[in-house]
Amino acid sequence: MRIPSPREIATEAKLLLIGIPVLIWTLLPIYHMVLFAISPKESAFSGKLWPDNPTLHNFGVVFRQEHFYLHHFWEQFWNSLVIAVATGVITLLIATAAAFAISRLKVKGGRAIMNLALFTYFIPAAFLAVPMYRTMGLYGLLNSQWALILAMVTIAAPYAIWVLKQASDKLPVELDEAAIVDGASPMQLFRLVYIPLMMPSLVAVGTYALLLAWNEYLYAFLLLSKDTNVTLSVALGNFLAADDSPWELLMTTGLIYALPPAAIYYVFRRYMVSGLTAGAVKS
Amino acid sequence: MSSIALNPTGTGRTPVSAWRTPWQAWGLILIVPYVLVFVFFVLYPIGYGFWLARRPETYAHLFEDPIFVRSVVNTLVFLIVAINLKMMIALLLSGFFVQARTWIKWLSVLFILPWAVPSIPTIMSLRFMLNPEWGVINQLIFRLTLEDGPNWLNDPTIALGMAMLVHIWKSLPFWTLILIAARLSIPDDLYEAASVDGATRFQKFRFVTWPSMQTLYVTCTILSMIWTLGDFNSVYLLTGGGPGDLTHVLATLGIRYLRLDQVDLSIGAIVVAMPLVLPLVYFMMKRLSR
Repeated sequence: MRIPSPREIATEAKLLLIGIPVLIWTLLPIYHMVLFAISPKESAFSGKLWPDNPTLHNFGVVFRQEHFYLHHFWEQFWNSLVIAVATGVITLLIATAAAFAISRLKVKGGRAIMNLALFTYFIPAAFLAVPMYRTMGLYGLLNSQWALILAMVTIAAPYAIWVLKQASDKLPVELDEAAIVDGASPMQLFRLVYIPLMMPSLVAVGTYALLLAWNEYLYAFLLLSKDTNVTLSVALGNFLAADDSPWELLMTTGLIYALPPAAIYYVFRRYMVSGLTAGAVKS
Repeated sequence: MSSIALNPTGTGRTPVSAWRTPWQAWGLILIVPYVLVFVFFVLYPIGYGFWLARRPETYAHLFEDPIFVRSVVNTLVFLIVAINLKMMIALLLSGFFVQARTWIKWLSVLFILPWAVPSIPTIMSLRFMLNPEWGVINQLIFRLTLEDGPNWLNDPTIALGMAMLVHIWKSLPFWTLILIAARLSIPDDLYEAASVDGATRFQKFRFVTWPSMQTLYVTCTILSMIWTLGDFNSVYLLTGGGPGDLTHVLATLGIRYLRLDQVDLSIGAIVVAMPLVLPLVYFMMKRLSR
């Protein structure tokens, strides 16, 4: 083994001097949450770095819905899931169709529609929340999960269209021409050529919309209010607002709620990072 | 960039012009779903919102409300301080993360976590950490100094500062990731040439890294400002706008007025922000739409 020179050691030490604070900063709130989730009620506030008797008891309480605030846990989990999946699927359908029409079929006015979508993308989501809430009331959709699904599609679609259009512009025109010469109809081109080639971007965009809807809090609490139809995020918010909320259960529920999106993110990280960062800001 | 290269294709497809009509028809059919979404859930709510906030008295009311004025100031402070701090840290950290080390690669995987997990549970966790009596931070302060730590969320200045930290914690990974991508796209031979010329590390940053990143850096800053205007969670879930409604920003103020059943003020507060938002949006659209 080669002995590193003092200079190399100094560089390594400097890197560690950045790396360790970054690690602590990143993990502290998450670790704190995990610590609460595995601590028995009495020792949750002991301030220890690791509980004396770590336990999964809190998870059992949440899964068996054994607390007043958790009576609808599974229902709310299911609501979050349905709304997230529906948002992902509908966003994909709408955005893929639109991106194909704009980028490959060169539909008239496509550019204008792309600009409208971009404009929507740049409206801060919280600014549209109140008008959207009132509008959903007018449409009679308040308290229906469709309200949240449609609102999430509205917010996710512009970015989805934009990313898909960027990706689809990169496909060579010769593909379309070859398909046409072979007598393919636009829909055959869409199904047989376009969709397979766009798969990586479609995965990225679908995941993006799914996570957006799963994580959403503001729109969810505005548009849904019944204990049985709210998402887990709203339930957590209500939980937090209560004075007597048992923190260890709140943290356990929060951790369970945070795990699926984190897992999905890491599974699709390859697609997400290239698809989304390349799309997010074009240099 | 690729989109520019594609523009001539519209004219390049002359041999298939006979197909134009069915292509256009299918194009229309495929684009209609999004247009419907846009009309019903963007255009109509915006129009309806402006109509609800149409009366001039609304704005007179708004500017007489000290909480509104305070929120505008908070929003500006939030944008200017938090975003610039965040982007500067992201720029520095991107330089750290491009170092070729296995442990740094692993660290970068963990570093994404705040962005990958939903904000509610982590903000709750932070809120408990900051609890003046039982929170881990004040316990630590007490153990080290035998004095009580500050009441973090009960002082409007500290509370807003904490909300900014929460925002930075949550969104720093995303911007760092983008700046890492930008740094990695700078050709190596530029750095090699600089080394041959005897450039110091700072000179390399000043004359190689920064010139190729500054456009992106500005774009990122502006985009982050637009998005942060809509950052409801960092403030609402941490401080709830309190104490005494002194830490509201425009994103949470709208919800406060809605709760008080003052929809016109709620939307008015957003309309007032338009002179700030629209130039930023215009800038971004010019940047991104080609």
